[in-house]
Amino acid sequence: MPDKPRLTREQIARRAALELPDGAYVNLGWGIPNLIADYLPSGIKVFFHSENGILGMGRRAKSGEEDYDLVDAMKVPVTVMPGASFFHQADAHLMTRGGHLDVAILGSFQVSEKGDLANWKIPGAKGSGNIGGAMDIAAGAKMLIVCMEHTTKEGASKIVRQCTYPLTGLACVNTIVTDLAVIDVTPEGLLLREVAPGWSAGEVQKHTEAKLIAPARVLEMRLA
Amino acid sequence: MKRKIYPDLDSTVADIPHGARIMFGGFGGAGFPNNLIQALSRQGAKDLIAISNNCGTREGELGLLFRLERIRHIIASFPGPHSNYFQEQFAAGKVTLELVPQGILCERMRAAAAGLLGFYTTVGVGTEVAAGKEERLIDGKRCILESPIAADYAFIKAQKADELGNLTYRLAARNFNPIMAMAAKTTIVEVEEIVPVGAIDPENVITPAIFVHRIVQAKGIRYAG
Repeated sequence: MPDKPRLTREQIARRAALELPDGAYVNLGWGIPNLIADYLPSGIKVFFHSENGILGMGRRAKSGEEDYDLVDAMKVPVTVMPGASFFHQADAHLMTRGGHLDVAILGSFQVSEKGDLANWKIPGAKGSGNIGGAMDIAAGAKMLIVCMEHTTKEGASKIVRQCTYPLTGLACVNTIVTDLAVIDVTPEGLLLREVAPGWSAGEVQKHTEAKLIAPARVLEMRLA
Repeated sequence: MKRKIYPDLDSTVADIPHGARIMFGGFGGAGFPNNLIQALSRQGAKDLIAISNNCGTREGELGLLFRLERIRHIIASFPGPHSNYFQEQFAAGKVTLELVPQGILCERMRAAAAGLLGFYTTVGVGTEVAAGKEERLIDGKRCILESPIAADYAFIKAQKADELGNLTYRLAARNFNPIMAMAAKTTIVEVEEIVPVGAIDPENVITPAIFVHRIVQAKGIRYAG
């Protein structure tokens, strides 16, 4: 029997955007998080931080206005907002590591029930792996949200009892937003806050290796 | 007084020996000293130890030196999706890699620049980067000891230098350059423009001249990736 429809990557980004408080300083990582800037709720203003030394990063540059000295962490030409600032990489990571950013949102391969993050290397894959700024962000973010698909393409749960992929950081994730659920990492365990439209808590648990704590009534994921 | 301005790229890098330990600025295609890298490739120094955020973009940036097999060890945080020449040699065991979290790479260089012998951090605790490092508890937090990273040379890119070596940078092309400028024995900068002393407002200097030893104007390649 085919699975029920899940949220798209854009819908995951849209849901995660609702977690951003007005006025927040925010770092967005590679993958789904990078889409979030397009889905900010109206009336919310946030300041995007880029690890290469930009605070107040604006939208991507349009064709013809690209300046390759002004790129984001994915090497894409961007713009800056009024009130932006530039600084060197050490200060950029002083902000990530030192707890100065309000929210960081990263993609991931796995998250454990304790909030351990594994997002920099696939075991057994050829090549060196890429850490980049992820370990600094994981160690220092005041609020760390992970956006990812709930399961791998092969159907394996990415929310696990213990990470089997190389770790990025221990007990650092606060909230997980997937195509099936919104889950908070709490001292008691993983709390199922919302489920995707049409899904029950029990159905989400079936796709989740780690144990989820489901309140009597679990809300449906909001997208706006 | 010794003049820091060199007449051309090749003379700027002429004395770099085999086995030199060199930092290379740049991130995401911006702020790479691509013309100095080209000059170094012509000069022929090999068995180099490189320190840079990534490992080149195809033939661009450090990719050129990897293609020519001039680098034997690199300290980097994000080798990168297009670092094919590095990846081939890494897989073949011709080059070794120390992978370092990006902000910790910055701080280890800053420690060297500042005369500090190390620092403790929570970054990387419990991960592969903690292997072999001293671990202890400070204020109840697990942390590891990180050591300084220094270099013989830093190759950096700035927008403007005055004749003393005060530097300014452009937009996000600043990135690692000011940090590396402070952490090497000899800092070599390629700039787009050299201006007279006094032409840069002291308020606007990002890298003070004390950190800069050689200046060369380079109008060739700006983006090589």
